[in-house]
Amino acid sequence: MDRSVASETPAKAAPPDRAETSNADLGIPAAWNRAALVLGLLIAVALPFVVKNFMIFQLTTVMIYAIAILGLNLLTGFNGQFSLGHSTFVAIGAYTTAILMEFAGVPFYWTVPAAGMVCFAFGFLFGFPALRLESIYLALATFALAVATPQILKSTPLAPWTGGVQGMVILKPEAPFGLPLNADQWMYFVTLGIGLALAVAAVNLINSRSGRAMKAIRDNPIAARAMGINISLYKTTAFGVSALYAGIAGSLSAVVVQFVAPDSFTFVLAIGLFVGLVIGGVGSIPGAIFGGLFLVFVPNIAEEVSKGLAGAVYGVILILVIYLMPSGAAGLVRLAALKVAAWRR
Amino acid sequence: MELFLHQVLAGLATGGIYACMALAIVMIYQAIHHLNLAQGEMAMFSTFIAWQLIEWGLPYWIAFFLTIAISFVAGIVIERTVFKPLHGAPVLAHIVIFIALFAILNSAAGFIWEFTIKTFPTPFGSRSLLGDGLISAHHAGMIGVTLVVLVLLFLFFRHTRIGLAMRAAAVNPESARLVGVRVGWMIALGWGMAAAIGAVAGMLIAPVVFLEPNMMLSILLYGFAGAVVGGLTSPGGAVVGGFTVGVIENLAGTFIPYVGQELKLTIALALIVVVLMFKPTGLFGTRLVTRV
Amino acid sequence: MSEPILSVRGLEAWYGRIQALFGLDFEVAAGGVTTLLGANGAGKTTTLRALSGMIQTSGDILLADTPIRGKATEDIVRLGVAHVPEGRGTFTAMTVEENLQLGAMTRRDTGGIAEDIDRIYDYFPRLAERRRQQAGTLSGGEQQMLAISRALMLRPRLMLLDEPSFGLAPLIVEELFAILRRLKDEQGLSMLVVEQNASMALDLADEAYLMETGKLIMSGPAQQIGSDENVRRAYLGY
Repeated sequence: MDRSVASETPAKAAPPDRAETSNADLGIPAAWNRAALVLGLLIAVALPFVVKNFMIFQLTTVMIYAIAILGLNLLTGFNGQFSLGHSTFVAIGAYTTAILMEFAGVPFYWTVPAAGMVCFAFGFLFGFPALRLESIYLALATFALAVATPQILKSTPLAPWTGGVQGMVILKPEAPFGLPLNADQWMYFVTLGIGLALAVAAVNLINSRSGRAMKAIRDNPIAARAMGINISLYKTTAFGVSALYAGIAGSLSAVVVQFVAPDSFTFVLAIGLFVGLVIGGVGSIPGAIFGGLFLVFVPNIAEEVSKGLAGAVYGVILILVIYLMPSGAAGLVRLAALKVAAWRR
Repeated sequence: MELFLHQVLAGLATGGIYACMALAIVMIYQAIHHLNLAQGEMAMFSTFIAWQLIEWGLPYWIAFFLTIAISFVAGIVIERTVFKPLHGAPVLAHIVIFIALFAILNSAAGFIWEFTIKTFPTPFGSRSLLGDGLISAHHAGMIGVTLVVLVLLFLFFRHTRIGLAMRAAAVNPESARLVGVRVGWMIALGWGMAAAIGAVAGMLIAPVVFLEPNMMLSILLYGFAGAVVGGLTSPGGAVVGGFTVGVIENLAGTFIPYVGQELKLTIALALIVVVLMFKPTGLFGTRLVTRV
Repeated sequence: MSEPILSVRGLEAWYGRIQALFGLDFEVAAGGVTTLLGANGAGKTTTLRALSGMIQTSGDILLADTPIRGKATEDIVRLGVAHVPEGRGTFTAMTVEENLQLGAMTRRDTGGIAEDIDRIYDYFPRLAERRRQQAGTLSGGEQQMLAISRALMLRPRLMLLDEPSFGLAPLIVEELFAILRRLKDEQGLSMLVVEQNASMALDLADEAYLMETGKLIMSGPAQQIGSDENVRRAYLGY
């Protein structure tokens, strides 16, 4: 009996792969969005004063993941290019910061934009071979990049700069101007500030002319070309921008963890970012935060459930999450808000 | 020159492993048009099942075929229970499910059988056949079995109704339904076959690399490399690709000074990217001919 | 008039939340040809998709006496409804002969299948010449003939044809309809033909229905509809 149902589903408009239609279009009052934003910000500012230092560290990590996921989202969600290799750009960002601080004595704050620019360059260049590769092949090539990265970082010729297998230790900056914040709290706010700036930049990019071109390429490359959009330029640039976000995340993580080592940037990180992207919601900017939360806290939960089978529990949670919200956390929240909005009317 | 030949032979021997895995990968790609990231873990798990059966005292060949049968059924069950409900979900969600499966199988194998390395028997013996132990009887047997599987697959897809129906369901599910093909079951069957071939690959590979939950990580990657180099649409190409990757990996390790040995994997992976740049469908893949 | 092979009562269909068909009633006589005419977007293709169980529907669809609404597409096909879809549904990477074999997927009689393939090569000699060729390399007209042949391999009780003339040169269209007429006359094949090329379709059909925005707005014997000046000018455009 359920066979007939199954055969009917494909024709029902498939659940939207990417849901970036603005909430207002869908009948969620605009005031709710603003209220949610303000509330979220208030909570974000208040949290580091009420939770323990380790929690602050974890929340900072959530934001760092979110920044990298946001970058991945610009590439996958808005430009339709896969990447299972963003750990590479996170690594490049982290090592740029570490090397500049260690060998050139550059203050941390200056290394952040430097890491971003270096990664933009790498991403832009990687974008060229990516042009020739279609979906699955691109996923594989980027995955290969992720697998190769730790090996390259460990290799003898680079070891004098990267510290080889040992990695490098970095000092965390103290809060400046005598602010009454400890180092963890300070880095939390630095990350929050940079994250917000990058999120605003992402929203502006997406709603700009270039953003529309990126989406057009994602949805219909042939038509986009016919409209005179320079596909190669947009795709390589999208790769560059996406890598820039990942690089900034890497730079921040190097300082927050106070350590960089090749094995922090294995393909597991790349896959993690991808999972965070899908769980958060492909094509949703606030979704990146959900993705970050998932990456930081769900493995801990799995560990609590069963030490020996933590990986299996994690896998099962992942499957359940995909069943419950196939369009990601952002999609679920939007749906809930719609239901409430419709019910109030 | 002698060193060169030596390394080519050694490369062919490891290439046999990759060819085996590449074949399993292409198999499932033909059936479901996805690259299954969990395929290596499925093969690993199957191999543990075989190991357990042999531990319990079953003769090798009975354990071998029983494992294939169990894996076939398990593949179908995984498709029916995990993937069927996600029928209309986006591709990205499917990839996440592969990742979840990967985590589950890896962790469960470690939990049941522990992470210590185990030896796995070979039915072919390990005496040396060629080149001072470079190609052992086991290597030769492994290559032989891979080729047999390849031929069987070819015959199945070219000359049986179900093989034809599976191909149709994979390339054009809607049209396949319109000629009465039960597409859902064809996909499940594809999973079953891929799991079974993966089990064969795992059981052949395990005597060489030893059995442990992480045994398949790098092999899967080389398998992907082989499959992609050969062309994902061509089982024969995948086998050739697997051998090619093995040989090039070995030659690079020996002849590229300084970094060759350390960056063997990197070089092999760079090779994939280069091949794809010039031949986006792999060396033996076919580009679909379409009229607009 | 003989027993209908297909009778449809109150058929409605939806794409997601959007209703596309509104209470259609129509019939196809056994051994007869019925045509659905209408402009782009009138719901003709949707009607065929509804009959084949490819979209959500309500209402009654009877194949002879068997209710088929709500069944899975492949089960409807197995009951003998062959659907030649929009865009022809060719398996482009397979050979011509493999495409024909696929058409007979639901049959078990190897001998009968081989005979049918030979008969089809009789009807369409050009397919015989290209039997080992990838179907994607055929011309548009040849692909349409292949699609019809593939449907015939089912030995269908009813054939659904979605715009067989689409994108073909006028001469090819003539040839195609001549073959359809032969199938009707020689094999007594029942057909439901959706067309924009109204004159060809009316020539072939016994009964005709006119569609507009998901509703049937007129029906009658094909000749009568074809000869009505006003209908022709207003709806059929010739």
